[in-house]
Amino acid sequence: MYLAAEHFVRAPEWLWYILGYFFFAGLAGGSYALATLLRLVGDSRDEHAARLGYYASFITLLICPFLLTADLGASWWKFWHMLVDVTPGNTGFNFIYWSPMSMGAWTLFVFGIFATVSALEAFMLDRRRSAGADPGRPLGGAVGLTFNIVGALFALFLASYTGVLLSVSNQPVWSDTWMLGGLFLASGLSGSAALIALLARYRPAASFSRARLRMADGYFSVLEIVLLVVFFITIAAAGTVGRTLPWLPLWTLALVGIATPLVAARGHAPVSTGGGSAVIARAGTNTLVISALVLLGVLTLRAAVIFSAQ
Amino acid sequence: MAIEIKAGEAYGFFTDTSICIGCKACEVACKEWNSLQGDEPAFLADSFDNTGQLDAQNWRHVKFIDNVPDQSVNAGNGTAWLMMSDVCKHCKHASCLEVCPTGAIIRTEFDTVFIQQDVCNGCRNCISACPYSVIGFNAQTGTAHKCTMCYDRLQAGMIPACAKACPTESIQFGPLADLHKAADVRLAALHSQGVTQAQLYGRDDKFYGGLPAFFLLMDKPETYGLPNADNAGLPSRNNVGGYIAALVTAVLGTIAGIVAFRRRGTS
Repeated sequence: MYLAAEHFVRAPEWLWYILGYFFFAGLAGGSYALATLLRLVGDSRDEHAARLGYYASFITLLICPFLLTADLGASWWKFWHMLVDVTPGNTGFNFIYWSPMSMGAWTLFVFGIFATVSALEAFMLDRRRSAGADPGRPLGGAVGLTFNIVGALFALFLASYTGVLLSVSNQPVWSDTWMLGGLFLASGLSGSAALIALLARYRPAASFSRARLRMADGYFSVLEIVLLVVFFITIAAAGTVGRTLPWLPLWTLALVGIATPLVAARGHAPVSTGGGSAVIARAGTNTLVISALVLLGVLTLRAAVIFSAQ
Repeated sequence: MAIEIKAGEAYGFFTDTSICIGCKACEVACKEWNSLQGDEPAFLADSFDNTGQLDAQNWRHVKFIDNVPDQSVNAGNGTAWLMMSDVCKHCKHASCLEVCPTGAIIRTEFDTVFIQQDVCNGCRNCISACPYSVIGFNAQTGTAHKCTMCYDRLQAGMIPACAKACPTESIQFGPLADLHKAADVRLAALHSQGVTQAQLYGRDDKFYGGLPAFFLLMDKPETYGLPNADNAGLPSRNNVGGYIAALVTAVLGTIAGIVAFRRRGTS
């Protein structure tokens, strides 16, 4: 961090595709991590929500490579150069650990395996359950546990490295702080909790986990607020906080998204699966509104950060 | 003086802005040799310069810096416009090379920085990293472009086109060690004439380990749109801090998840 940093750089024009990628990568990583936590430390009734998390992770991850490839423009067909160096006489794999973009490309590739296998396993479990067959996990025991934990580590990296990537530049705002990795991760976890809670609305068996997800979302929001404060302190010290002002509407929406789980947690009433249909319907509507606001906040936070530098 | 160009030796530019007359011959020669079409002409309304900036089509750019007061000046106390033929600095510790994920940006046998067009995939991470706003993106090719220090000419034993065309020898090309000596002599001469504001930029390692394309400036670096020593940081300076913040958040987020999801009989 530099006091009164002066920047003479050109913006990379990372716009809509990259915004979309940052959004979906945050949800893909966050959903996998939360699904794994639900499975590891949760109640047996949390398994349904955990499976929703693996599905959400897989689907959101599927979108990511397409967005990244589209962002390359005319060189889209060279997307694989992220992994393979084709320099004549120096061909081989690119693993440039000091370049977050290189690390991210590999993480996307490796995590894709974990997300796919976990989603397939969840699908098989759901199929067996609906067929009344043995619901035992194909990836059970220590192997399954280890698989999910390792996958969750890659997931956490995927949800956070996009922020580090922005910081590892010479752009104003981005390079004036080291908070973006943490901020994007906390935001991704919050958005993922909201997403899984939203999906649970359409899967009655998973409704047990909704309150727990809301509680987790509240904790993630507190984390986000702390990180956001530190973010603004660091860019204020660098003298670039003024660049965020034109994007005040986006920052406001992001704050609304961050604050929503906290407000919801204050007025939270446990939803009993045995409650009346009116209670469940109201809770479902609340979940829809809360999740939509949180997800909008996740998107606008990234938009505000991306556009503030460019 | 003919220069014998040999692979394995470090070459560079010494651009003496005190004798640049703003003729833009360097820009024209660069475009001619490298078949650059240039951008659409535009009226920029801030000086007689209508090139504007270094980018994918402008690998040399003569900056006109109008710091002359509008009111009349008396003979002998006037100031002149500053002119500077800007170019890629081919930094020893290059930010662009550091962040490139594809290996497209390499250091050549002449110690210059070169973007391999067939390897570059247009991710634009180098543009985000370059502190000098040198690199531009060409939407037609889908790749990043910048000065190559006429890599093809060097391989053929010829000096870069811009240095060849410069009529005042403001742009000097040669072995870096020779250029450093020439710059030191020139700076000492200016200082002895009372031009104390003259300074060398990139001659030493304060800027990205030293700049093979370095400058003699007639004002502070910021006036020319160049970062000063306090602001000349490599992108990787934020790697450790960024990952530590992410790691701490990951740990706290996991603890939060455990607290929220821990096994209980009721929700």
